[in-house]
Amino acid sequence: MQEELFTSGRNIPNIDPYLDVWHWPIALYLFLGGLAAGILFFAALFYILGKDEVYPGAVKKATVIPPIALSVGLLALIYDLTHPLYAWQLYTTFRIESPMSWGAWVLLIVTPIAFLWTFSYYREAFGGIESKLKLFNKLKFLNTFEAWVIKNRMNMAYALIPLSLILGVYTGILLSAFNARPLWNNAILGPLFLVSGLSTGAAAIIIMSKSMKEKHLFGKIDLGLIIVELALIAHMIMGYYAGSQVQLEAVELLVGGEFTLIFFGVVVLLGLLLPAFLEVGEIMGIKIPVIIPALLVIIGGLVFRFVMVEAGQLTRYLY
Amino acid sequence: MPTSRRKFIKISALGLGGLAATGGAMNLMGMNPLLDAAVKENVARKLSRTPTYCEVCFWKCAGWVYTDEQQNITKILGNDDDPHCNGRLCPRGTGGIGMYTDEDRLKTPLIRSIVNGEETFREVSWEEALDLIASKFTEVREKYGPESFALLKHGSPGKHLEHLFKAYGSDTIAEPAYAQCRGPRETGFALTFGSWVGSPEPTDIRDTECLVLIGSHIGENMHNTQVQEMSDAIDRGATIITVDPRLSTAASKSDHWLPIKPGTDMALLLAWMHVLIYEDLYNKDYVEKYTTGFNKLKEHVRTCTPEWAYAITTIEPEVIRKTARAMAAAAPATIVHPGRHVTWYGDDAQRARAVAMLNGLLGSWGNRGGFYFKEGLKVPKYPHPEYPKPKWGWEAIGEKYPYAQMGITQELIKATIESEHNEHPIKAWMVAGTNLTQSLPQQEKTIEAINNLDFLVVVDTMPMDITGYADVVLPECTYLERYDGIRSAPNRNPSIAVRIPAVKPKYQSKPAWWISKQIGERLGLGAYFDYDDYEEVIEWQLKQLGTSLEEMKKIGVKNFERTSGPLYLKEDQDHEFFTSSGKVEFYSKDLKSKGFDPMPVYTPHPEPPEGYYRLNYGRSPVHTFSRTINNPNLSALKDENTLWVHPKVARIRGLQKTQEVWLKNQDGVVSDFPIKVRVTERIRWDSVYMYHGFGHANKKLSRAFGKGASDSQLITRTAVDPLMGGTGLRGNFVTILTEDPHKNSVI
Amino acid sequence: MRYAMVIDTKKCVGCSDCVVACQTENNVPEGFCRDWITEVVSGSYPNLELELRSERCNHCEEAPCVRCCPTGASHVVEGGIVLVNASECIGCGACIASCPYDARFQHPDGHVDKCTFCHHRLKKGQLPACVSVCPTKCMYFGDLDDPNSEVSQLLKDRKYKTLAPEAGTKPHVFYLI
Ligand SMILES: Nc1nc2c(c(=O)[nH]1)N[C@H]1C(S)=C(S)[C@@H](COP(=O)(O)OP(=O)(O)OC[C@H]3O[C@@H](n4cnc5c(=O)[nH]c(N)nc54)[C@H](O)[C@@H]3O)O[C@H]1N2
Ligand SMILES: Nc1nc2c(c(=O)[nH]1)N[C@H]1C(S)=C(S)[C@@H](COP(=O)(O)OP(=O)(O)OC[C@H]3O[C@@H](n4cnc5c(=O)[nH]c(N)nc54)[C@H](O)[C@@H]3O)O[C@H]1N2
Ligand code: SF4
Ligand code: SF4
Ligand code: SF4
Ligand code: SF4
Ligand code: SF4
Ligand SMILES: [Mo]
Repeated sequence: MQEELFTSGRNIPNIDPYLDVWHWPIALYLFLGGLAAGILFFAALFYILGKDEVYPGAVKKATVIPPIALSVGLLALIYDLTHPLYAWQLYTTFRIESPMSWGAWVLLIVTPIAFLWTFSYYREAFGGIESKLKLFNKLKFLNTFEAWVIKNRMNMAYALIPLSLILGVYTGILLSAFNARPLWNNAILGPLFLVSGLSTGAAAIIIMSKSMKEKHLFGKIDLGLIIVELALIAHMIMGYYAGSQVQLEAVELLVGGEFTLIFFGVVVLLGLLLPAFLEVGEIMGIKIPVIIPALLVIIGGLVFRFVMVEAGQLTRYLY
Repeated sequence: MPTSRRKFIKISALGLGGLAATGGAMNLMGMNPLLDAAVKENVARKLSRTPTYCEVCFWKCAGWVYTDEQQNITKILGNDDDPHCNGRLCPRGTGGIGMYTDEDRLKTPLIRSIVNGEETFREVSWEEALDLIASKFTEVREKYGPESFALLKHGSPGKHLEHLFKAYGSDTIAEPAYAQCRGPRETGFALTFGSWVGSPEPTDIRDTECLVLIGSHIGENMHNTQVQEMSDAIDRGATIITVDPRLSTAASKSDHWLPIKPGTDMALLLAWMHVLIYEDLYNKDYVEKYTTGFNKLKEHVRTCTPEWAYAITTIEPEVIRKTARAMAAAAPATIVHPGRHVTWYGDDAQRARAVAMLNGLLGSWGNRGGFYFKEGLKVPKYPHPEYPKPKWGWEAIGEKYPYAQMGITQELIKATIESEHNEHPIKAWMVAGTNLTQSLPQQEKTIEAINNLDFLVVVDTMPMDITGYADVVLPECTYLERYDGIRSAPNRNPSIAVRIPAVKPKYQSKPAWWISKQIGERLGLGAYFDYDDYEEVIEWQLKQLGTSLEEMKKIGVKNFERTSGPLYLKEDQDHEFFTSSGKVEFYSKDLKSKGFDPMPVYTPHPEPPEGYYRLNYGRSPVHTFSRTINNPNLSALKDENTLWVHPKVARIRGLQKTQEVWLKNQDGVVSDFPIKVRVTERIRWDSVYMYHGFGHANKKLSRAFGKGASDSQLITRTAVDPLMGGTGLRGNFVTILTEDPHKNSVI
Repeated sequence: MRYAMVIDTKKCVGCSDCVVACQTENNVPEGFCRDWITEVVSGSYPNLELELRSERCNHCEEAPCVRCCPTGASHVVEGGIVLVNASECIGCGACIASCPYDARFQHPDGHVDKCTFCHHRLKKGQLPACVSVCPTKCMYFGDLDDPNSEVSQLLKDRKYKTLAPEAGTKPHVFYLI
């Protein structure tokens, strides 16, 4: 028998018996970051492809989500800091090795672009709202500003492709950079969170879109992403099994442990397999409201982030 | 049985309790900003230091108390020149700061009163408390004689109060540090070498080549010099042999761990002697020159072969032989450690004698790496009139035990319970610096005695369990806030150390010297207290010793040259031991003449009945008995004790780690509080183990109340040492309850 | 200059003095600690091994806590000591999550705190508080770059290990075994 214990009564808040420094705001932040990245990626892509009129949901409508998601995400992040009044310190330096720093800076760049993008389609896509608010009547300079933004849409789109990909990958890397948490320490997490983000983005577009054609296209895209995501998850789990003892113990949390039900039940079954199944059905012509798989994907993506943030903190090297 | 007149006051006292409780809660919530501010200042703060010697245990290490400009104590460090600590205090000494900062401390004198039909403590002025106490002293003197007022004490306050009691005419004095602690070993060694072991033990661990620990769990028992020197011995590659049924920390560091069956050490000791003698390994020169009765011993242990001992102790004969040879190879630089808390099974003085005899065979007493000849400095007595001669005292009470050298607590208790039909009636107690309900076995007896008293005054720093039974409680200030007597303990070299107040006493607490003086003056004994401040006494004594208060404030510790001769026996020099024969006595005619075994014999001790486990206990390295459990610094390290059970036992009983259980002993006594299970291989399957000192029942101890279980509560059976009256505490058996036995009763 | 701590588990008795000393020296708030004692029992009665270790921040050479810190609050100073600058720390917890030894904690003030190797004492030529108080003298502190230092000598002569070497952090607290 091997017995290991602290004999000096160590019981530090949020550290013992296991880590509890990142809470729901971080999970939410990672989810919203991924979601925003997904939407922005598709918006920019289809704009560059010149399909903005064919897929207005993706390029115009759904892009109302990223600015909100990013703002809320940033607020959530700051909310979870224990020294929030010093948050500005994030922007006094750029630390190339710190994913947190990368995230902070990417967010600082992406968020304004996201706002501008939405703004550029504000009157076009949300004419109804503008006709009530009459902002452009009250604030004249908006007209010139809008013209300038619209003129720069292509530039923004080109910037957004890499930025949204970085943002999406970053949400995974933030966790996977932590060697100290065996569950997070997995190179798949970056691509996996990116794909998951794209998938939730596609799902959001499905919900926002009014065009059946667009819904179908994104249904197919989503299906493809789900398949990739499932493959990545399988790969991730195999990776743990091939890893060290601590990683083996970590993956036990997901497979046959505390998080099994929520991980396999909610994330994999309800959040991936079921929507994939429904989308396949849809493609085969069975009448299913596409909004159902889309919602499932979004919920699955959210729960996935919670599971990974929570479970990862339960895993450690020692003790 | 008398009616339970003196109900234990558990509910918060008027004023004080409420205050203390909110103080505690506020501390938990709001203390951090204060500390944080301190963090930032930490580097900038200017610290000054005052010398003291530690009172967290009785090793009395000298140290420095650091205070900042706001008179906050920031830390306590050891004094580099002190032979007790060599600049390094033990964790309890380092955490001694918590004795001062503990916001649960006693704050004012308290008198038991009835308010709204409920017994409670009333906060009173010192005047009122002292007047009441003085009137009780007078009353007892007039009604029964001063001898009927007993003093139960431990530590520094005891010295001052002893002076008061002797001036008053009472020598009815005892402390648990004798009959519950080291009494038997002093008797055993005195009978063999004619000399006490004493404190600090003159064990030359620093230079030893073989250290044998019989139960003594140095490393958990944190007596500082012992720990430090044992570490040096490990560094030097000395052989360490530990006999302990539990894997103690010391055992884990030993070359040989002998996991003995509890209660059978005597057989092992006799077998070791057998091997030394019959393998011709003993120190012949020494034995020939300094000892008497060798041939009788040889005959005595003839049948005590390792094979014989194996059947009793479960220690393999080969291991017994191997370890005996290791001891002999290193002799005389071998120490068979006398232990300290040795009141185990009732034949303890004889077991201590066997240990002493083993040392005699090895020739270690008086040799380098064995036991050195200690030397202390006599501190001159501050002049006072002669003490009156009491008609009786601790000696008369303990008459039955011819080798008792100090008062026997349990006998004082008996004399209190039977005070009506007894020539030594005890009617009142003063208790100072000892938490009797936690340090004495047979709690029920202690409480019965207390209920029989006319008057009980307790002098303490904390609202410990014992204060709940008092008629008057006096708050002493802590050792960091007061003067006390000069420390002069025997060591390799004589040394003295002083205790100077580093800060003013908190709340309304006062030092024991002041309390003694105040009571003394009220009794017309002013002549015995011819000073305004104890500083004057110290100053006078230091001057006699050729130094001054001024100097001592600067150095804290002063070391002196030896004057009594060399540290060890000199070759070709005769040495007279203080025994009646002048020799190391293997055979004791004295014992024989008083009807005792002249040489130790093995007797079996009771074993746990089916379903019961032997209750083993010992020291937590971060606590001193019950006194530090509420200390904020130390409770942070260990705030409750656990019940060590062997995995096999856990399996059979279906116990999980950290599960809460209750204990019931052979006499049906159930622990007040639950204790959490620790499943560990470090303990035998026939025993359970717990740290002593936990399970406090007084709610006013906000950190300690109800944390863990009390071993003392479960020790209701004692085996009394016929030689000196020590109470063997290790013969109690417990069973493990998984259901709360108090579910339907209110504690 | 490369500071290191060498701790002899053969001598450590697990008394926690190093923990108390750190608390009083560094005003560690109640309920927190910068160092702690781990006890490991292996084997079965009576063939047992007991290891006692005084643990703290390892002042890793490859310190993930410093790498992942977004503000530079976690930084390395001379001698390889890893420190946290409270006024630059936003309390994002990244460094806490990155430390395989769980050596860092959130100070109630909001910033992150941990062992400093008693940097303030070193500057005065004193040993770290825990080292200076240890009754068994089982802790050694010194410069690894100096081949004659006590720590270098001990690591040369004795068998030692570091904690969780597989985490790749290159700890600078060594345990003699
Ligand atoms: N069950 C069991 N019983 C035992 C032991 C055991 O291991 N198990 N050990 C035995 C041994 S070896 C011994 S030596 C005895 C020790 O027995 P005690 O000396 O009674 O030990 P403590 O329980 O520490 O009680 C000390 C009391 O002194 C108070 N005190 C502390 N400092 C001061 C001070 O400066 N002034 C005053 N006035 N009071 C102060 C504390 O608050 C506490 O109430 O216990 C013995 N009894
Ligand atoms: N930290 C700390 N240190 C202290 C104290 C303290 O309160 N706290 N108190 C001091 C005082 S006053 C004293 S008296 C000493 C006491 O310290 P010691 O003299 O070392 O105490 P013991 O009770 O003799 O030893 C306890 C050990 O005896 C073992 N034991 C139990 N039964 C048997 C048996 O039948 N045979 C053998 N061979 N071993 C057995 C137990 O497993 C345990 O390891 O400690 C001193 N040091
Ligand atoms: S051994 Fe520890 S508690 Fe005892 S006097 Fe020394 S420092 Fe104080
Ligand atoms: S002070 Fe020394 S002996 Fe005690 S636990 Fe710390 S390192 Fe070990
Ligand atoms: S032990 Fe942890 S906190 Fe210390 S340097 Fe290494 S990673 Fe950083
Ligand atoms: S919590 Fe502070 S020190 Fe740690 S990574 Fe964040 S900013 Fe850096
Ligand atoms: S080096 Fe200083 S800060 Fe670090 S554990 Fe030791 S005492 Fe604490
Ligand atoms: Mo004792």
